[in-house]
Amino acid sequence: MAKTLFDRIWDAHVVAETPGGTLLYIDRHLGHDGSSRALRMLAERGLPVRRPDKTLIVLDHVVPTVNQAAPVLEPRMREMLDTVRAEAARYRIGSFFDLTDPRNGISHVAGPEQGFALPGSTLVCGDSHTSTHGAFGALAFGIGASEVEHVFATQALLQHRPGTMLVELEGRRPGGVHAKDVVLALIGRIGIGGGTGCVIEYAGEAVREMSMEERMTVCNMTIEAGARAGMMAPDETTYEYLAGRPLAPAGADREAALAYWRTLPSDPDARFDRRVSMRVDDLAPQVTWGTNPSMVAGIDRAVPKTQDAADANEAAAWTRAFEYMDLAPGTRMEDVRPDRVFIGSCTNSRLSDLRTAAGYVRGRRVADGVHAMVVPGSGLVKQDAEAEGLDRIFREAGFEWREPGCSMCVGMNNDLLSPGERCASTSNRNFEGRQGRGGRTHLVSPATAACAAIAGRFVDVRAIEPAGL
Amino acid sequence: MEPFEVHTGLAMPLARVNVDTDQIIPKQYLTSTGRDGLDVGLFHDWRYLDGDPSRPDPAFVLNLPRYRGASVLAAGDNFGCGSSREHAPWALLAYGFRCVISTSFADIFYNNSIKNGLLPAVVEADDLERLLDEIDAAPGLTVAADLAASSLTTSAGSRFGFAIPDHARHALAEGLDDIEITLRHEDAITSFEARSRERFPWLG
Repeated sequence: MAKTLFDRIWDAHVVAETPGGTLLYIDRHLGHDGSSRALRMLAERGLPVRRPDKTLIVLDHVVPTVNQAAPVLEPRMREMLDTVRAEAARYRIGSFFDLTDPRNGISHVAGPEQGFALPGSTLVCGDSHTSTHGAFGALAFGIGASEVEHVFATQALLQHRPGTMLVELEGRRPGGVHAKDVVLALIGRIGIGGGTGCVIEYAGEAVREMSMEERMTVCNMTIEAGARAGMMAPDETTYEYLAGRPLAPAGADREAALAYWRTLPSDPDARFDRRVSMRVDDLAPQVTWGTNPSMVAGIDRAVPKTQDAADANEAAAWTRAFEYMDLAPGTRMEDVRPDRVFIGSCTNSRLSDLRTAAGYVRGRRVADGVHAMVVPGSGLVKQDAEAEGLDRIFREAGFEWREPGCSMCVGMNNDLLSPGERCASTSNRNFEGRQGRGGRTHLVSPATAACAAIAGRFVDVRAIEPAGL
Repeated sequence: MEPFEVHTGLAMPLARVNVDTDQIIPKQYLTSTGRDGLDVGLFHDWRYLDGDPSRPDPAFVLNLPRYRGASVLAAGDNFGCGSSREHAPWALLAYGFRCVISTSFADIFYNNSIKNGLLPAVVEADDLERLLDEIDAAPGLTVAADLAASSLTTSAGSRFGFAIPDHARHALAEGLDDIEITLRHEDAITSFEARSRERFPWLG
């Protein structure tokens, strides 16, 4: 019978069928400072970590983004970090990256850099944006603390087979239109519950053309459509990215792996529960105007009017969003003026994101009254960016150049907006208060964020020529 | 975990769609390795003026005297979307909620709820509308959520069915601990690992 990529991975990981669900084997477990709670729960039970060798732990959620070499003084953050450090040592976790380790960074940036996510594997992490790793043709999904503890204890999870959804992205992106714009437009189209209960497989010309980093951006945002996971068939782009990564197979193992990986893509006649198709040739750069990622418009459009809402619930949600965002219906997106610019997060903080942004920043100055910062996704991204001189480009333009972490995407480390501040952000959530109570978030691509910092308002990056780097 | 059979309690409406986990429990409550204080953090930014827990916003539904002690929440579509924080069901439970009724739930929130004994009851859109209307019309309206019967019965006498997959019903009814169940399959995991090492040596 014809199978999807998802079917193949699922079927190859079934340990047992139980009354409580399918016991699914987990090949890779990614942890972070927030795993401290699950590690403590496990310790209270007196259970060991079954496979510390299949576990990688980084520090990202609560870490400061300035002076990481200094001790963290805030007592609760320090307790989280110290707990995870102590438990990682006691349980002999295979790979643990502390703050001073250049390999440390945001889990969904640092993991792929090491080759932790592999085609055909299952990967989980106590973070919803684990969907990122599906870009490698892995089945990767976010879990809560109880399930994190479960994986530590058993290296397996009780799961129920989700539905499947094929999203075909056809055509070629115009210049200035990035992976972030594609996925925001998709979420605008299918809604933030559009993928609930499903694993999405992305296919089509626009996916095949994307770099691994672009693919990660799309899969990362899949959770914002409510889907359990997002994935893409592995191909030469994937294999090339993985070559030479410390945790990816090498030599004869790589040859064997490649032979298997090439069998993974969905059969042409495989059945999906749902199908959506979207062309990308005429997409405009996207900017969110509301309080969830589906409230989004092209840069050349305006904040919608309530009469355009699909139903009364949506009209009520839009009205609340207009008020929270302090935007009148009909306001042109190009007339919206951010106070802050944040380039970072597991969605858009990789080297190619920083290169793109730097191209628009080089030789220009951040607009008066705008506070802009760049938070690289990992120590290695930071090192590479500095080796290319990107930090200098940003600093000379008036950006702050920070140390890696989740930072202002989640605000757990106190990198926060003040009430009423408006931010152009390359992160993934524009929920009320997400970047700080009363803060107003507009989700955009790194290119649009960089240009907003320079212009002091949102502008159409298609009309701007980036400088050569 | 406490097994769930029938829970009867005061019902509270939250007539908003897409209630995300950042609203259910915001970031500042996640930096603790314990669970204390999560009841105070529930719906924090909507519940307090200027984010100050000593200043409840009298207009927010949770602060209305008629809903004091509510333990059944009826909310709009796609409840619990957003992050994987298990603090969301923990905070609802800490406050005293045992059941959330909506037309749909985000997947991770749903799983986290089942693992903690919070019943996520999925109802038809028409039924949710009727229930919200009933709660609004009848101060003190209680709802009895019967897990075995998949039914919600209001003190005004209406009855609604709710959907729940068998595995979730089973887990809630038994108050099962998944880790204990899985550890009973330890031999199967060990032999899976041996097969996997042979077939996929590069995965270790």
